[in-house]
Amino acid sequence: MKNEPWDTTRAAEIIAGLTHKEGPTLVILHALQEAFGYVPEAAEPMVAQALNLSRAEIHGVVTFYPDFRREPPGRHVLKLCRAEACQAAGGDALAAQAETRLGVTFGATSADGAVSLEPVYCLGLCATAPSAMLDDRVFGRLDAHRLDALMTEAQR
Amino acid sequence: MTIRAFVPRDSGALAVGADEVAAELCRLAHERGLMLDLVRPGSRGLYWLEPMLEVDTPAGRVAFGPTTIADVPSILDAILSDGDHPLKLGLTEEIPWLKRQTRLTFVRCGIVDPRSIDDYRAHGGYRGLEHALRMSSDAIIDDVVKSGLRGRGGAGFPTGTKWRTVAQAGRGQKYICCNADEGDSGTFADRMLMEGDPFMVIEGMTIAGIAVGATKGYIYIRSEYPHAVEAMNAAIEAARRTGYLGDHICHSTDSFDIEVRVGAGAYICGEETSMLESLEGKRGTVRAKPPLPAHKGLFGRPSVINNVLTFSAVPYILDGGAQAYADCGMGRSRGTKPIQLGGNVKHGGLFEVAFGITLGELVDEIGGGTLSGRPVRAVQVGGPLGAYFPRALFDTPFDYEAFAARSGMVGHGGVVVFDDTVDMAKQARFAMEFCAIESCGKCTPCRIGSTRGAEMVDKIIAGDKPAADIAVLEDLCNTMKFGSLCALGGLAPIPVLSALTHFPEDFGLAPRRLQAAE
Repeated sequence: MKNEPWDTTRAAEIIAGLTHKEGPTLVILHALQEAFGYVPEAAEPMVAQALNLSRAEIHGVVTFYPDFRREPPGRHVLKLCRAEACQAAGGDALAAQAETRLGVTFGATSADGAVSLEPVYCLGLCATAPSAMLDDRVFGRLDAHRLDALMTEAQR
Repeated sequence: MTIRAFVPRDSGALAVGADEVAAELCRLAHERGLMLDLVRPGSRGLYWLEPMLEVDTPAGRVAFGPTTIADVPSILDAILSDGDHPLKLGLTEEIPWLKRQTRLTFVRCGIVDPRSIDDYRAHGGYRGLEHALRMSSDAIIDDVVKSGLRGRGGAGFPTGTKWRTVAQAGRGQKYICCNADEGDSGTFADRMLMEGDPFMVIEGMTIAGIAVGATKGYIYIRSEYPHAVEAMNAAIEAARRTGYLGDHICHSTDSFDIEVRVGAGAYICGEETSMLESLEGKRGTVRAKPPLPAHKGLFGRPSVINNVLTFSAVPYILDGGAQAYADCGMGRSRGTKPIQLGGNVKHGGLFEVAFGITLGELVDEIGGGTLSGRPVRAVQVGGPLGAYFPRALFDTPFDYEAFAARSGMVGHGGVVVFDDTVDMAKQARFAMEFCAIESCGKCTPCRIGSTRGAEMVDKIIAGDKPAADIAVLEDLCNTMKFGSLCALGGLAPIPVLSALTHFPEDFGLAPRRLQAAE
């Protein structure tokens, strides 16, 4: 995943291009994260001012939704499904394997900055469980071997 | 000779290598100088056979699956020679798993090109809208009432009644909101339909707009479904270009347009009032009802909120199918239910069938038991807030009321199969833990009850004074059930209590008599 470095001018452009929408807060936050990989604290007052809302309201929205990152992610993001259908198909063992190999717990980025490991509660791939997402690609019927290959690819 | 082949672009197929198979097919066809017309439809829903490669023949489409890149050369040989192949499944329509279904909502899924509005129309699409444009608002709603359609999101509220309330809510801005925040584990019907037949969702929403006098629709899709977002956006663009969305749709006096909004990972936003808050750009906290969204919904305006499958059932009903739809089903559950089989299941996928099929038929006959080959021990029906059922309850028919009578719920129709290695105490704990993670925090029973619930399950497992701890847990569950503002806190006790009732041995308790559960 290629993210731009944080840039207030660019952020202001993104925000200005979306304020005409009805209830645009989430749309703007998604667009900022799409560009920069995260929503830095510096963006909050900018969005608040553009929408005539309080900074607290924007902060509340950013922190309510699990998708919005407050720190830049690793070079790759690995999301492993932790929900019931994947649990039934051995997902918990894969989760433990990923944590061990990457040396992090869910919600953190590996020390080499290569991979952010995130939990996801259902990718809708329940008939090909267990499943995962590496950046924008989806994977099903995972086993220890395939997951290992995915992590090797991400750490390269 | 041109070979017309089909390899799904459904994300469930992509997850097991459909793109690679499609690329290999193109490469080989080019190398051998063959003319190839490759279509990327949705999935037929037979996921254990994905990636499924189909090819047009004079007798109909013939399927091969599950395929890998390595199989493509020999499959291509078999196609060219009309010969046999170990992965050849015969005519797709004759595959028993598919033939046994009643596909009304998924009639085109896996067949049409989801990027082509012409293909949609060629397969009967937009006939419902064309009828609706010639009908009065009342007549459209009467048809929906007559069909007996109930909300397919899970709650099962009569759709026609909801629409009538919005239609009668005076003039001014109204909204159509499509709930595509399909967060329940074990469910993927909305995703499949949006990826495989997006125009049907658009058509259903458009008919709703005409019926109630709304000109703007939002479809709220969870961020975990990027392929569905892409498919819906492409379909909306195509519908605008061809006059099916926008001002004066199909040269009529009606106008309607749709915008996709993407969620941000909060399960609670599948709850309708929380979804409205999120659409408005706020934290996804639940609203107290009343006022009903039909009176004061999105931005305080009267709004229809229905699930993807509910809207998608409408085009068929408006195409003269109201009576036929009502003739399917049992009791007060009319029409068909797209059931999703997932988890540890041999034949997982989308099985659309009239209400009334039993859980046992689904798991054993249709699903073929577990993928691991071990005995089925438990089945969770209806998502993370649905009950865990043991084999003893496999005679329960799929029907909103029959499931409710056994302290369970049909919900969005997800069926997750577990084999005998499952630890039901762990699953019960997870149900509370999940509720704690996903609680919006607005009401106390859900916000605090879920955390205390997980602690109580731990105590019961530890086994110091189980009888007293179970009494506390049951009391806590009742507080959550009756005191929570919405279904998250209200239903989270269901999986917990069902696990405790049906699988007490996993909590270190003596088995109880089953009747206690019913």
